[in-house]
Formats: sequence, C-alpha cells, structure tokens
Amino acid sequence: MSGVGGLLGRALAALTAILFFRRARRRAERRQAEAEAQAPPPEPVPPDELDASPDPGAELAVALLLFAAALAAAGFVFFYAFDADTQALGICLGVALLLAGVAAALAGKRVVIQEKTTEPYSEFGDEEETREVEDYLVEGKVGVTRRRLLFTALGAVGAALGAAAVVPIASLGPRVGNRVYSTPWSPGTKLVDEDGVPLTLRDLGEGEFLTGFPEGAPLDDLASPLIVVRLNPEELELPDDRAHSAPHGVVAYSKICTHAGCAVSMLRYPTFPAQQPRPGLVCPCHYSTFNPCDGGSVEFGPAGRPLPQLPLRIAADGVTLEAAGDFYEPVGPSYGGIREDPRGQS
Amino acid sequence: MIRRAVRALDQRLGASPPLRGALRYVFPDHWTFMLGEIALYCFVVLVGTGIFLTFFYVPSDAVVHYQGGYAPLQGAAMSEAYASVIHISLDVPAGLLIRQTHHWAADVFVVAIVLHLLRILLSGAYRKPRELNYWVGVTLLGLAIFEGFLGYSLVDDLLSGMGLAIAYSVAMSIPVLGGALAFLVWDGEYPGGPTFFARLEILHVLVIPAAIATLIAIHLAQIVRQHHTQFPAEGSERLVRGTPAWPGYALRSIGLFLTVAGVLFLLGGLVQINPIWQWGPYEPYLATNGAQPDWYVGWLIGALRLMPPLSIRLGSYTLNGSPFWGGALFPLVVFGLLYAWPLLMRRLRLDDRRHHNLLQRPRENPKRTALVLAFVGWVFTIFAAGATDRLYFQSFIPYEGQVWVFRAIALFAPFVIYFVTKRVCEELRDREDRPLRGWSGRVIRRDEGTMGFEEVRPRRQER
Repeated sequence: MSGVGGLLGRALAALTAILFFRRARRRAERRQAEAEAQAPPPEPVPPDELDASPDPGAELAVALLLFAAALAAAGFVFFYAFDADTQALGICLGVALLLAGVAAALAGKRVVIQEKTTEPYSEFGDEEETREVEDYLVEGKVGVTRRRLLFTALGAVGAALGAAAVVPIASLGPRVGNRVYSTPWSPGTKLVDEDGVPLTLRDLGEGEFLTGFPEGAPLDDLASPLIVVRLNPEELELPDDRAHSAPHGVVAYSKICTHAGCAVSMLRYPTFPAQQPRPGLVCPCHYSTFNPCDGGSVEFGPAGRPLPQLPLRIAADGVTLEAAGDFYEPVGPSYGGIREDPRGQS
Repeated sequence: MIRRAVRALDQRLGASPPLRGALRYVFPDHWTFMLGEIALYCFVVLVGTGIFLTFFYVPSDAVVHYQGGYAPLQGAAMSEAYASVIHISLDVPAGLLIRQTHHWAADVFVVAIVLHLLRILLSGAYRKPRELNYWVGVTLLGLAIFEGFLGYSLVDDLLSGMGLAIAYSVAMSIPVLGGALAFLVWDGEYPGGPTFFARLEILHVLVIPAAIATLIAIHLAQIVRQHHTQFPAEGSERLVRGTPAWPGYALRSIGLFLTVAGVLFLLGGLVQINPIWQWGPYEPYLATNGAQPDWYVGWLIGALRLMPPLSIRLGSYTLNGSPFWGGALFPLVVFGLLYAWPLLMRRLRLDDRRHHNLLQRPRENPKRTALVLAFVGWVFTIFAAGATDRLYFQSFIPYEGQVWVFRAIALFAPFVIYFVTKRVCEELRDREDRPLRGWSGRVIRRDEGTMGFEEVRPRRQER
C-alpha cells in the first residue's frame, strides 16, 4: 500500500516539477524578450590612447635609481655584519626601498607604454539567471512531503550542536563567584612595602604617600595594594562610623581605581594656606579624583563610586601600621551589582 | 622564454583567458584610490616584520630577573614576555628596527584605513552594488584596531598593562555578562591566569591576522568582480576607463608598495616609538602620568574621560555607567553607525537604490557630506579629548575645565559642522552649476551699426 502510495507521490512530484520548470522557462523567455526590447542602445566606446614613444632619459634615471637602491641595500648587509646600528640599518633599508619604489613608479609612468583603455562594467542582476538559480533552489523541496517534521528535527539538531559547540567556552576561565569580593586583609594584617618591610608611622610625613601591601600576600592581587596617605588630622572629615580608621591622620585606600582599574598613584596636596583645591587622590588614566579626607568620595572624573577605604590602627609597638579590618567597600573596577552597596548585599 | 612559460601554464591550467583578463584589467586613476592600497601594503609589511618578531617573543607571565645588555634594568623582576621584547629591542641585531617598523606600520595601517573610509563615505562609493564590500571594509577597520591593541598589550610593559587594566574594567562593566566575560578572557581575576599571554599571542599572530587576510582577499575579489568606481571625468556608468594592469599600473603599484615599505623602515630606523625599556615592567599597583596609547585607541580614552559616571539602578542591580558608556557603548554606537550608513542614507533619501559605478564629489550631495563630516567631527572631538592630560602639561589649562569644554564641543560641534558643511557644499555646487549666480556686473554688446557699445538688460537672474 505504502509502496504504491509512495510511487504515486513521487510521480506526481516529478510531474509538478516538470510543469513548474516549463512555466519558469517560459516566464524567463518572456522577460528576456522584454528586457531586450527595453535595453538602451550600446554606448560608444572611446578609443584607446597609446603612447609608445621612447624616453631614453627616463630609462637612464630608472637604471640609476635601481643601482643606487642596490648600493643602499648592500649598505644594509654591510652594517648588519659589522655594526647593526638601528639608525644605519633603517636608513639603508628605507632608502633602498624608497629608491626602488621611485624607480618602479617612474618606469610605470615614463618607460613602459602608456595606455588608456576602456572596459565595460560587469552587468549584474540578470533576471533570467536569477530565476534559474531560484528554480534550482526550489527544486530542493520537490518531492519532500513531511517538510515541517524534517525542519523541526533540523532545528533541534542545529540548536543542540550549536550549544555543544559553545559550551566549552566556559572552560576558558573560572566563575566569578565571590572572587572579586575576597581580599587578603583582616584585622591585624601588617602593612609592608614592595620588599616586605613593615611600614611605620615614621615612614610618612604629612602630605606624603606610600604604596602598602598586606604582609605575606601576592602583590598583584587587585585587593592588595594600598595608597597610604598621611594627612593633618584636622583635615579629616571621615563619617562617624570610620572615626577611628585613621590613626595620626594616616588613611589607607585601595590603590585600584574604581573606574577602570588603573593604579591611583598621584596625590594632590596643596600646602599653601588657602589649600585650594582640596587634597585629592588622582588616577593618571582618566583623572578620577577622590577625596582622601572624607573616605574617598569622588571629587571629579568618570569614577562611579568612592575609592574603598581600609581602616588602619597602630600595632602594639606604637609605630607599625596594620589593618583594623577589611575594606569598607568592594575593591576594584565596578561590575554588575558592585556600587556603593556594602559587601554581601550586592 | 615568456612564450614557453605561458604555453606551459595554458596547457596545464587553461591559464591564458584569466591571465589575459588580469593583464588587461582596467584601473581608473585618482590619487585617493591609493589610500586603500597603502593600507594593503602596510599589512604586508606588518606580516613580514611580525613573523620575525614571533621567533623571539615568549608569551609568559613567569617572573624572571633581567640579565640582558640594558644596564638600568639589570636584575629587575619582570615577566618573561617583557624580558623577551626587551631582548628583541636591545640585543637582537636589527631587532629594534624590525620592532619599531612593525609598530609604525600598525599606526600607518589604521591611518590609511580611516582615510580610505573617509574617501568612500564622502564620494558615495559604498552605494549599490558595493554595500557588501563596504561592510567588509568596516569590519577590517574594527579588526585592525583590535589587532593593534592586542599587539601593544603583548609587551607587558607599564603602558600595555595600564591598557589591559582598562580593557578588563570595560569588559567587567558590560551589563549582566561583564564579570563572566572578563574572567573567561583573562582566565580569572585581573591581571589574569598563566594562560593569558598565550591567548593574547595566538589572537595577535594567528586568529586576527588570518581574519584580516581573508577579508582583504574578499575585499579585493569583490573589486575585481565589480571593477573599481571612478570619478565622472572620463568613463561612464557602464564603461570603466583607465590604465590596464600591465605594464603601467602594475609597475606604479609596485612602486607604491616599495615606497610605503621604505617610508616605514625609515620611520622604524630613525623615529623612536614605544621605548618599552623606559616604561619599565608592569605591576597592577603601578601607573604613570602622561601615558598615551597608540593613536587609534585615543577615541576610546577620550570617551572614557569625558563620559560622566551616570549609573542606572534597577533594584539591587546597578547598570554600571562608567566605564561602560565610554569604553563599550561609544565604540558600539560608532561602528553601528558605520555599518548602518548605506541603509541610513537610503532611508534619509540622500542615496537612491540604483546601481552606481560613478562616484560623487562631496559637493554634489551636500547633506550627506555634511552628515559624514559631522559624524567624523564628533568622533574626532572625543579623540582629541583623549589628549587632555598632555594639553594640561603643555599649557596648564586646568584639566577639569578642559573636560567640561570638550563635553560641550562633543555635544554641539556636530550640529555646527553639519550646517557649515552643508552651506559650503551648496555654495560650491551652485557656483559650478550657475557661474553667474549673484553676479552684479553688466552685460554689454557691440552695436554693429554704430560700432559703439550698449548695455544688455539682463533677464532676471535665476537663483
């Protein structure tokens, strides 16, 4: 039964196809005839211009330029073997190429035959050819009966294979998780310099700053580096809950700008009486300016949130600086939920 | 000799008909058509010098202590990547020449592409049937800028580290996907996992150059298929007129290639560029004032500096305004506009849907020319704002004031440029069409009878 049905179906499809193509061909022929009737008369082609007159002077000039180029190139080999001075090498090679280039251009303009000629632009969009391609494409579905089912299956395999091809990208890096919130700081962590030497009050005069790191932690962790500034205690306008975070006027902020992750490595500290403008911690990349007196608020520039402050205290020896806790805000360039929100709530 | 070679090729490959077509292929002449060629030849120089550099570069962040010939860095801790580039620059014979030529070629490459793009936009060369090739070209510009950024990021000197920190922050700031994206690219939190420099290198020396080379091939193949556009001086919409490829044009083009290469090697040998040994190695806690990236990244730096930190809060989630607006959205808008340009101009009825093989001079389409210049002026203003810090050091004009001025210019300059350009183009066009327009002289005529002169009352001048 199904065999007979299938045969019948196929025969019908073939018949349709034949009819279809007949019609298509007739249509194409008609269109071609119309197009020919409408086609504008061919445009007169301007005559070619030819100038083959010899120019011995130019030939001599080209030859001289090429010899000079050869000399300069040989100079490159010479200098490479004996001195390899960058300037000498650059002059030799550059001049050699330049002279050869001028020689080639001159030869193209003056030595060889000068021609001006015309070609027709290619004509695109021929109706008949387009239709033929269309017909061949449409032929693909002739005789296919369960088209929707097949396309559904095709869509399913396409999507699944696509997903399978994309998923391994996730192997390229770890998940973010809480990584950006973790810091090497905790109460009692000593501040040290690049070489691991503890920082003390004596290292800092008023209006001076240092770069500090947590003792024993990697230096290149974004949460490690601090910019430690000593201000006049009377200048401080810290919020009440941070009142004890700056012993002797020493404040510490994350050195990583909250805008684009550069190192905040400039301190603006006017010393004359007017004290204008106010002290500022400045990032050299895009000049985000933070106020070191009030907990790192943004004074100017593109940064979207304050520079995170780290509370400090003085160790038992009375001079060594150590952390009194972790940062008040998340460290590093902002992303997603990180803004002013205290850590854990974002 | 020639005959035998041609016959041998023809018998084996049937090469004569295509060879004949290639030798007689007609190139229309105009100096602006050389800009794309210059870009192509820069790419050739880039590939040549780049291959030399790959033989020395070590894509590793492992810490080594410098033991080369440069005294000031003796014993300094640095990444193997940075040490290898110092080695190329200061110890390998001709290494510095090749490295500096490579760097110069990259800068000139992007200059040539941008000027080429300007010519395409101003002369309407992107119109039907050449939209596809235009889009290939815009993609090439994007890839060239990205490739350049990768290139100077590989070095791992202070400058490249600062650039990468900014790139990481911009990636982080992309809504929803940002954090995951940045961690995937950097293999962890900044400054990245141990595989990071190997990733940068394979992108810089294989993936992106292969993409650029493929697109250049497609770019050229389309030109071969469609023929180059031409200005209306000699040819017409249906006939292209110019110099055949062989011998005149080929020799001139070879001459251009050699000249471009010569200039690049002269620059590489004589004009210092990116003296990485002076910047020193990078650490995340180091930065320097007055650092400027390569010029083609300047527009992004400018946008980052100008864009105020507007953030949008949705419940507990913050759409982090900066650096997203300047670093990610701004380039998306610029490239979006570039890609949409042919469709946009059609929608605005400044271009039609017909086939065009003839170019327009800028004045022939005043509104479109004005739009092009307004757009370019807008991007250029923001580009110039990337140099505010240099301007501050040179002139001591306060930095904050400059930023506000540049913000204002970026907002208003496009409108001013638009109206001025449109007016100028209309004036030029009208003067050409009607030379006597607005003329206040008198027309006199010789009277054949009296042999005297009499004034001719002109009919009212048409406007």
